Amino acid sequence: MKDNPPYLIELQGMTKAFPGVLANDAVDLKIKPGEIHALLGENGAGKSTLVKMIYGILKPDAGTILFNGQPVKIDTPADARDLGIAMVFQHFSLFDSLSVVENISLGISRAVDLKQLAGEITEISGRYGLPLDPHRHVYTLSVGERQRIEIIRCLLQDPRLLVMDEPTSVLTPQEVRKLFLTLNRLAGEGLAILYISHKLDEIKALCHQATILRLGKRVNTVSVDTESTSSLAMMMMGEEMEKIARGQAVATGEIRLKVDNLTMPAMDNTSISLTDIHLEVRAGEIVGIAGVAGNGQDELLKALNGEESCQLAASIIIENQHSGKLGPNARRRAGMASVPEKRLGHGAIPDMDLVDNAFMTGFQRMGLLAKGLINYSKTRTFAQKVIADFGVKTAGAKVPANSLSGGNLQKFIIGRELTQQPDILIVSQPTWGVDAGATQTIRQSLRKLADRGAAVLVISQDLDELMEMSDRIGAICGGRLSLFYPTAEMTVEKVGLLMAGVPLEKGGAHVASFS
Amino acid sequence: MWPHLVRRRLPSKAMVYLSPVLALVLSMLAGIILFLIMGVSPLGALHAFFIEPLSSVYGLAELGVKATPLVLIGVALALGFKAGVWNIGAEGQLTMGAICGGVVALYFYDREGFYIIPLMLGAGVFGGVAWAAIVAFLRVRFNANEILTSLMLSYVAGLLLNMLMHGPLKDPDGFNFPESRQFSDSALLPLLQEGTRLHIGAIIALAAVALGWLILSRTLLGYQIKVAGSAPAACEHAGFSHAKIIWTTLLLGGGMAGLAGTIEVAGPIGQLLPNISPGYGFTAIIVAYVGRLHPLGVLFAGLLLALTYLGGETAQIQLNLPVAVTGVFQGLLLFFLLASDVLILYRLQFGMAAPAVETS
Repeated sequence: MKDNPPYLIELQGMTKAFPGVLANDAVDLKIKPGEIHALLGENGAGKSTLVKMIYGILKPDAGTILFNGQPVKIDTPADARDLGIAMVFQHFSLFDSLSVVENISLGISRAVDLKQLAGEITEISGRYGLPLDPHRHVYTLSVGERQRIEIIRCLLQDPRLLVMDEPTSVLTPQEVRKLFLTLNRLAGEGLAILYISHKLDEIKALCHQATILRLGKRVNTVSVDTESTSSLAMMMMGEEMEKIARGQAVATGEIRLKVDNLTMPAMDNTSISLTDIHLEVRAGEIVGIAGVAGNGQDELLKALNGEESCQLAASIIIENQHSGKLGPNARRRAGMASVPEKRLGHGAIPDMDLVDNAFMTGFQRMGLLAKGLINYSKTRTFAQKVIADFGVKTAGAKVPANSLSGGNLQKFIIGRELTQQPDILIVSQPTWGVDAGATQTIRQSLRKLADRGAAVLVISQDLDELMEMSDRIGAICGGRLSLFYPTAEMTVEKVGLLMAGVPLEKGGAHVASFS
Repeated sequence: MWPHLVRRRLPSKAMVYLSPVLALVLSMLAGIILFLIMGVSPLGALHAFFIEPLSSVYGLAELGVKATPLVLIGVALALGFKAGVWNIGAEGQLTMGAICGGVVALYFYDREGFYIIPLMLGAGVFGGVAWAAIVAFLRVRFNANEILTSLMLSYVAGLLLNMLMHGPLKDPDGFNFPESRQFSDSALLPLLQEGTRLHIGAIIALAAVALGWLILSRTLLGYQIKVAGSAPAACEHAGFSHAKIIWTTLLLGGGMAGLAGTIEVAGPIGQLLPNISPGYGFTAIIVAYVGRLHPLGVLFAGLLLALTYLGGETAQIQLNLPVAVTGVFQGLLLFFLLASDVLILYRLQFGMAAPAVETS
């Protein structure tokens, strides 16, 4: 028998072009058995493209893949699975109304005995610290538990390489720690893991080697131990990031937005009901709300901006006026602007152009309507001002919103709201899926707005972002808000507890403290 | 080797406009095959269908007569369809408009006056609006599917007209035929051209095209309609009431259909009959789609579909073809249009298996 090759998988010169962009430009990557290898890069750096080629979803334009030293052709995901490559996607494909074991059996092509499969699931879940009851229905499980189903589904195939695409974006810090224990144990048994992320702390904590991609090219492959978080960040961004100065002045401005005992039943069985929400945002401060996705963030945003009307007008007080029963446009006139999490289809109309999209929320405060007719020349000027002021990269104002990249569209949407000079801004996931440059622009402009005396409320799943930006921080869990604490006194672990719905011992407050 | 459909990176603008032309060509080809099977000379049939009706002043005037209700309703339906409100019961709203307008005409049957026609038109609009209001109420209040309710109400309207024709509105001097009295001259629309049946309804239809265009391209209402149909969540975010848009577009469609109904009975027909429309309300759905839901497009599509009615009549007279040929032709046109519309989002690729993502 020949010697075992040192590398389990070896990619050489992987190249893939899409219209107008070279997504992967001669990328090399090598992973040894038992190694946790990070694939690091900003959004749009080409991570997903590379992984999709490994998993047989995309066909490379050029490049070779060696598996166990042998050149292989991976045309379909089935080919990848035959080789022993398994993948956990960011978005799960599970049926809510079926049980864990039923879901897993659906992914197996041969006929299976459910009882025996349930036994195997219990065995694997015990061995790798992935507690999971095979007979629970998926809809009763948390996001972390659902991810375990996907991992177990992969492990049942006895894989040699496990690919994980941004696995922690939906987990609380505590769940992340458990996941890392599992992954370490798997690597200890010789499984190679390709771990895709842009979260540097995680990579420092978990991975052995890291390959950094930027703009489709491999920047470097380094041993994680010898690098610092900031040196990894520099390789990823290509430039030193400037830190945003947190607001110096303690928030002592007047209360601009007050939410008092807001309760709102769920609209349907996929949405979350809001219970007992208390919140105050003062002029000049940024208040952050952390939380794992699907804990009522969307519902809270809609209740605040008027898309859903409250039962009591006194539940929401804008500038001392009872506003709970006002619609979105009345709240805009009162000075409130909002940016929803979902950009295409909620914050913007995908197939209408940027002029029409500028009109969408700007027509009230910018006076774009005269005698029932749309003033298009004024609307165009407004759209062009937003594009110029916020550096939106677009071929012009007359292109449809869905032709912009995520980051540019987000700059446009935030620019559209900020140009209207709101006194209160509520923004959900301001930099989700946005590249580093645009992220900086957006965070700085939000800070500037607060410094000018506006009240800013940021709802985000990105804990680092909230720790960096906000003056006070709290979390939403199961439709309930935690108390709020000065960010300077908080740690990631403490916010993690709030995100899991565990109150802190030390007293927080709904309002800013005046110490 | 069969061609593959490959998704385009952006929807094709050109195909939006080419698709109706392609559909027309394909319908004609299918028509030729149909005529061959029926043993009719395809050339003669196509001549009878598309050339003969347009070769006289009278024929051209008739084209205007038939296009008038199609355009009136088509414009209003286009606004509704753009908003994602599927009112397919314009036929019933047209019938109710005809009944209400007709009742006014019959009430004043022995009187003269300039006020009669405006009253009739107003009553026609009211009839259509009231009928569509039922649909809007059920949709907004109970979330009842407007496709079903509006369609079912069409049959109710048709039966109501039939009942009135056999009962209260029957001509007392009409030898028991189920027909109303002839309207008085004061209840008939003025003609645009003596010797033809072209009436001022055609002008109203043109005005509706202009108004529809103004609403859609320049007003807040038109903007709301576009946003509601294109991105309902964005519509909520912008603060537009979806219920209001449903009400507005349904009432607009009902009103225009009702107006078209009155114009039919006060124009070319001149009395109430059990059958007042050869399915104008349904054909207007095809008109709206062939016209790409754009008021100007609706104008051209209205003329095209009017031609199929006229051509069907000519073919019936000259070639002894059954009257159903008209319906077949209209159905083929919609069928091919929907099929051709696939090419707006996809393109055909011949040859070897296609890559997953278009790379050109």
